[in-house]
Amino acid sequence: MTQNILNASVKKVNERTSVIEVEGEVTQTSEKDLMDAYEEAVSKKTRTIILNLTNLEYMNSSGIGLLVTLLVRANRHHQKMLACGLSEHYRQIFELTRLDEAIEIHDDETSALAAAGAQ
Amino acid sequence: MPLSPEPPEDKESTVTQSPEPEEVAPAHTLIPRDAEHWSKPVTRLEVGEVPASAININVTGRRVMGPVQGFGKMWQKTYRIGLGRQAEPREVILEWKKNFSLFWPEGANFYGPVTGIAPGEVALLNLSMPGKLKLSTGVLVLFADDEAFTLMTPQGHMFAAWITFTSLEYEGQTVAETQVLLRANDPLYELALGMGGHKKEDAFWTHTLSSLAAHFGVEGAEVSTKVVCVDKRRQWSKAKNIWHNSAIRSGGYMMGTPFRAVARSFRRPRK
Repeated sequence: MTQNILNASVKKVNERTSVIEVEGEVTQTSEKDLMDAYEEAVSKKTRTIILNLTNLEYMNSSGIGLLVTLLVRANRHHQKMLACGLSEHYRQIFELTRLDEAIEIHDDETSALAAAGAQ
Repeated sequence: MPLSPEPPEDKESTVTQSPEPEEVAPAHTLIPRDAEHWSKPVTRLEVGEVPASAININVTGRRVMGPVQGFGKMWQKTYRIGLGRQAEPREVILEWKKNFSLFWPEGANFYGPVTGIAPGEVALLNLSMPGKLKLSTGVLVLFADDEAFTLMTPQGHMFAAWITFTSLEYEGQTVAETQVLLRANDPLYELALGMGGHKKEDAFWTHTLSSLAAHFGVEGAEVSTKVVCVDKRRQWSKAKNIWHNSAIRSGGYMMGTPFRAVARSFRRPRK
């Protein structure tokens, strides 16, 4: 089994918007790290979570499954989820899995923040 | 490069240069090592050569459906069986991919590509249902590497799902695991899931894992099942998925069989 190397750090832009920077690998062993980052990112007033995937190095199908459960959790709390910084490869995977229909994709963090009304 | 470079003759005239920093491309511009394990982008499914006995009416031209596109509650079901030390996880996945359909229960036929389970391949499924209905559907191999492979369902399938098959080391032994992340595709299938569909699904994967274990010489091992309702809400905007319902379409196809046979007998043979 691949050793999990994930670093998920949280940046609170304002009380309504947070960015989770995902660095390294997203696989089935990343669940705790990702969910912990989500918990740290949200407060009662949070309305948008931005996943910055610029430094995503590896993701398998279990990793995509994790993003869906993260999305469900966010939607349950009436939060919108955006993604930014995807390479062409991961953008294609989002399209292939049709995750792009639920998670809005932006080129970079600046445009994602603008879409979230945080800039 | 010599291991011990000659000392410079004239120290004062020597220009000391710090080594050029290696240019590291940002992660998003590199081709990730998972690239070859994912299916290439697919808009509409296309089925390769299949046996004449296979029914292909609900796959060609269909789009794939993930849990995001389904109608019903979202479930994560994990089935697991211990294989002792009979094989390493990679051997298990290799065998599983090679003999995938052999482990399925009777009445469930998987018509996979000759090349085996590989990213981007499309397989037909013909499943025996109550009332002698033969349900025709299929799957796309979304992801496959040495440690896991994942199937994704098309429009009309019972589930909008990702089904991942993994083998890993756990508590000192090799285990095989099937994890299904699913929503029923439409209201009719959601109803069916509540009326015994879940039990059938559980029995299907329990049988599959037990057969896999038996293939490795492990008899009578228990399959553990963990079911989590990830999302209790139904996505009513997806109720229209029923248009592609493979059970309805397969039923219609079967009812039309006598008429097609009569029509064929009137057709003039081609010269």
